[in-house]
Amino acid sequence: MPNVIYRQADGSEQTVDVPVGWSLMEAAVQNDVEGIVAECGGGCACATCHVYIDPAALESLPKINDMEGDMLECTAAERQPTSRLSCQIKMTAELEGLVVNIPDRQT
Amino acid sequence: MGKPSFVVVGGGQAGLQICESLRKSGYDGDLTLVAEEATLPYQRPPLSKKFLAGEVEEARLLFRPAPYFEKLDVTVRLGTHASTLDAQGHTLTPSDGSVIGYDKLALTLGARNRPLPCPGGDTVGVHYVRSLEDSRGLALSLAQSQRLAIIGGGFIGLEVAAVAASMGKTVIVIEMQDRLLARVVAPRLSDFYADLHRSHDVVLRLGSAVEKLTSLADGIEVCISGPNGRSAEVVDCVVAGIGVQPNQELAEKAGLTCDGGILVDIHGRTSDPDIVAAGDCTMHDNGFLGRRVRLESVQNAVDQAKVAAGTMLGQEDRYCQVPWFWSDQYDAKLQIAGIGAGHDHAVLRGDVGNAAFTEFYFKAGQLIGADSINRPQDHMACRKLLAQSVPVTAAQIEDPQVDLMQLARQLAQ
Repeated sequence: MPNVIYRQADGSEQTVDVPVGWSLMEAAVQNDVEGIVAECGGGCACATCHVYIDPAALESLPKINDMEGDMLECTAAERQPTSRLSCQIKMTAELEGLVVNIPDRQT
Repeated sequence: MGKPSFVVVGGGQAGLQICESLRKSGYDGDLTLVAEEATLPYQRPPLSKKFLAGEVEEARLLFRPAPYFEKLDVTVRLGTHASTLDAQGHTLTPSDGSVIGYDKLALTLGARNRPLPCPGGDTVGVHYVRSLEDSRGLALSLAQSQRLAIIGGGFIGLEVAAVAASMGKTVIVIEMQDRLLARVVAPRLSDFYADLHRSHDVVLRLGSAVEKLTSLADGIEVCISGPNGRSAEVVDCVVAGIGVQPNQELAEKAGLTCDGGILVDIHGRTSDPDIVAAGDCTMHDNGFLGRRVRLESVQNAVDQAKVAAGTMLGQEDRYCQVPWFWSDQYDAKLQIAGIGAGHDHAVLRGDVGNAAFTEFYFKAGQLIGADSINRPQDHMACRKLLAQSVPVTAAQIEDPQVDLMQLARQLAQ
């Protein structure tokens, strides 16, 4: 099973096995990774699952659609070029070893 | 003196949140979660959306896997119906008779579906959508049905209609009011949804009621009376979404004050000093709205539960969060901020024709809420404007050059 490394603002890391098809948000919540709130449960409706993707991996992710793009303007922590909503990124085998940085706040 | 013992009754969103908030606040006494259903706490919104459509497996509905509750040190008693509450004696007695003592109690009992009152309502196998079990059953029935009658044009009815219509089923929605979602959205939104569903070939019978349901050899006959008289439809499956009623009986029998829900103050406290309540089962003093209300939403369950947990620990937080809600039907994402009912002025932003617009609601010159279709930035800006009580004018909303999110951030500082 591919894994993802979730990195907190304080530098601490958690390596999590993520089944293909699960979103990065779901995997975080199911594995007690702190800092991903996901108020709307993955419906792209709350902007509280905001993450910063390792720049090296950005290109290999599916493009940001309009809805995600609009919601990313509403994040609590500043939007960066590496910002994504983790509920919109589904795990694939190619994303093995992806590093996901968690912002210091979601609300 | 032994460790305190806190008990939470009700294994839904609010119940789970109370447990999490208690531990996060440093509560280290005993904590028990008594849940009637046989499943760990799970998300309900997907039951009428993605889960019903077969796009999400059951395991992914759980908020947290089992080991999480061990880590949180919560004793979870599933499949346990709480029969009796003795508020004076501080005990809860489940149906198996084993008595649970508590120092503080949280009631997060949720709500249950209103049953169809018409003849045949209890015999033809009507599907309701509240629990995982309900949704599983409906998904199976949908797979074997071609024609559906959906009784109730509220969120549940319309979300199910969207799923079924997207599967190519023939769908008839029967709604008593003269417009869809009459309780919760303004006429412009009702019209939008009527057009949206009709564009997917859903038949809408507005201002109509179901008189009778009858089982036939090859289906179910639905007798409808409407503005044009009586008619009958034969369908394979009947779904009812006609509202819920709060589960207040346990509290009522224990002598707690109830009135259209378990009555709680702005801190989540019931009429008993050692009992709080949160979520769908409560009629509560809402700090944002400035009145007593019963709200049925994920936001309310979560935010009320956080306040109630604080109250159990002696804090005096007030429940003042801005209500918000969402519904997904086809490609339309509705997001509601605040409550628009009672508005005297409505301002449109965006383009109804393109299914990307927001209607903002004002009352006596003040912004009170907004309904957004595919305009998440408007929704989030409105939530922020409402939360910070930022003064904003209808003219600013009307002006497409005004960046509302920026306005909300600037004026909030």
